[in-house]
Amino acid sequence: MSGLDKIVLKDVHKSFGPKTVLKSINLAVPAGQSLVVIGGSGTGKSVMLKSVLGLIKPDAGEIMIDGENVLTMSRSERREVLTRFGMLFQGAALFDSLPVWENVAFGLIQGKGMDRKEAQDIAIEKLRRVGLSPDVGNLSPSELSGGMQKRVGLARAIAAEPEIIFFDEPTTGLDPIMADVINDLIVECVKDLGATTISITHDMASARKIADRIAMIYHGEIIWEGTRDEIDRSGNDYVDQFIHGRAHGPIQMEVLKP
Amino acid sequence: MRPFNPFAAIGRMVLGTLAELGRLSLFAGQALGGLVNPPIYWRLILQQMWVIGYNSLPVIGLTALFTGAALAQQIYVGGSRFNAESVVPGVVVIAIVRELGPVLGGLMVAGRVSSAMAAELGTMRVTEQIDALTTLSTDPFKYLIVPRLVAAVVTLPMLVLIANIIGVLGGYIIGTGRLGLNPGTYLQVTVDFLEKSDVYSSLVKAAVFGFFIALMGSYHGYFSRGGAQGVGKATTNAVVSAFIAILLSNLIITVIVFGGRG
Repeated sequence: MSGLDKIVLKDVHKSFGPKTVLKSINLAVPAGQSLVVIGGSGTGKSVMLKSVLGLIKPDAGEIMIDGENVLTMSRSERREVLTRFGMLFQGAALFDSLPVWENVAFGLIQGKGMDRKEAQDIAIEKLRRVGLSPDVGNLSPSELSGGMQKRVGLARAIAAEPEIIFFDEPTTGLDPIMADVINDLIVECVKDLGATTISITHDMASARKIADRIAMIYHGEIIWEGTRDEIDRSGNDYVDQFIHGRAHGPIQMEVLKP
Repeated sequence: MRPFNPFAAIGRMVLGTLAELGRLSLFAGQALGGLVNPPIYWRLILQQMWVIGYNSLPVIGLTALFTGAALAQQIYVGGSRFNAESVVPGVVVIAIVRELGPVLGGLMVAGRVSSAMAAELGTMRVTEQIDALTTLSTDPFKYLIVPRLVAAVVTLPMLVLIANIIGVLGGYIIGTGRLGLNPGTYLQVTVDFLEKSDVYSSLVKAAVFGFFIALMGSYHGYFSRGGAQGVGKATTNAVVSAFIAILLSNLIITVIVFGGRG
C-alpha cells in the first residue's frame, strides 16, 4: 500500500449471524487503476463492494478513500464521499418510475442540485456515449432490453464524472457480443475519465479485458493478486481452477451428487 | 428432538414482537427526522398525494355511499320497533362521522395504498434500486419514505371528509327515497346532531390512520428481502399491520375524545 492508493481495505471482516462472509480482506487500489475481483458465487465479492459504498457496515477493519476512513464518518460526510462514486449494478437497478434520461441525470439533479434542463442535456450526451440515441431517453427502463439497461446503467454511473466507479458483474446475463460491447464501453469510459475502478465478476473474458490488476477472493479472503498478464502463471491452484472453469480442483462446489 | 415448551414459545413471540416494535419505532423516528432536515421533495409529496388521494376516491366514495345507505336502512328497521324512525338522520351522521367514515375509509385506503407501497418499495429493495439511490448521494428515507408519510397524513383527512359527506348522502338517499323520511327534516336533523368535535375527531383519526398506512407500507416494503416471495410477504404484512394499527388507534382516540362523555 502506498500514499497514492485511492481505495484501501484493511483487515475488513463481516459476518451475517453465524456465517462469516469476509474474513480478512486486504486490498489497495492505486488512483487510476482498474482492479477486477474474481471469485465464485457467494464468496463475498458483492459484500466487499457494498461495504466500501456504505450499504453494508463491516464488523471490523478500515476502509480508506483518499486516506480517510469512511467507516468513522458521519452520514452526511459519507454522502459527500459518495458524490465521488459511480456504480453499475448487476441488474442495472434503474428506477422504474423515471424515464431513462432522468435515471441517467438522477445523481446530477438530486446529488449535485443541477438544473433539470442542464442535467437532461448531459444525460443525452452520456447516452450517446454508450451508443444509445437521444430518443431512448424518453423511454421507460422496462421498455429496454437487458443490454440496453446495462448501457443506461453505465451512462448513469459515469454521468457525474466520478473519480471512482464500481462495476458489479457488468456482463452477467448478456450474450457474448453484448458483453464485449459493455467491456469496451467500460474500458473507454474509464480511460476518458481517468477513474479508479473496482469490478467484480466471474466472467474471465470480461476480467481480462477491463483489468489492470486481478484479485481472487475465496471464502472471504483475497487468496491471490497480480497483474492481468500474471494470472495465467499465478502458480495458485485455486486461481487456475477458477480461470479454466474446471469442476475438479481445490475449490469444492456444494453440489449434491445423485 | 426437544419437547415443545409453550413458555419458551410465548417468550420468543413476545421478544420478537418487542424487537419488531423497536425497529418500527426507530424507522418512524428516522422518517420523522427526515421531515425537519432538508431537502424536502415537494414534487414527490404532490405525486404521492395524487396516488393516495385522487386514485382512492372511487373506492372511498363507493364504500361510504353503500355503508351510509345500509346504515340508514338498519337504523330505520331497528328504530321502528320503538316508533323512533326519526333518529335515522342523527344516528347515521354520528356513526358515519365519528366511526365508519374514518375507520372504513382508513381500512379501504390501507388495503389499496399500504399494499402498493410495500410492493413498490419491496421491489425497489430486491432489485437494488434503494442501494442505487444511496450510491447516487440520495437519502432513501427522505426520497422514498418522507413523501409517502407526509402525503398520507395530509390526504387521508381530505378523503375522510369526502367519505363522511358521501356516507351521509347515502343515508339521505335511502332515507328519503325508500323509507319515506322528509328531505328537509332529514337535513335539519343531520345538521342539528353533528357537533364540531365530531368532525375534528374524524379528521384527527384520519391523519393518524394516514400515518400508519404509510408507515406500515413503507416499513415492510423497505425491509423486504428474499425476492418475489419476500415482496409478497411484505405486502401482506403491511396490510395486516396497517389494519391492526388503524383499529387500535381508533379505539384509543375514541376513548380519549369521547370517553368522558355521559
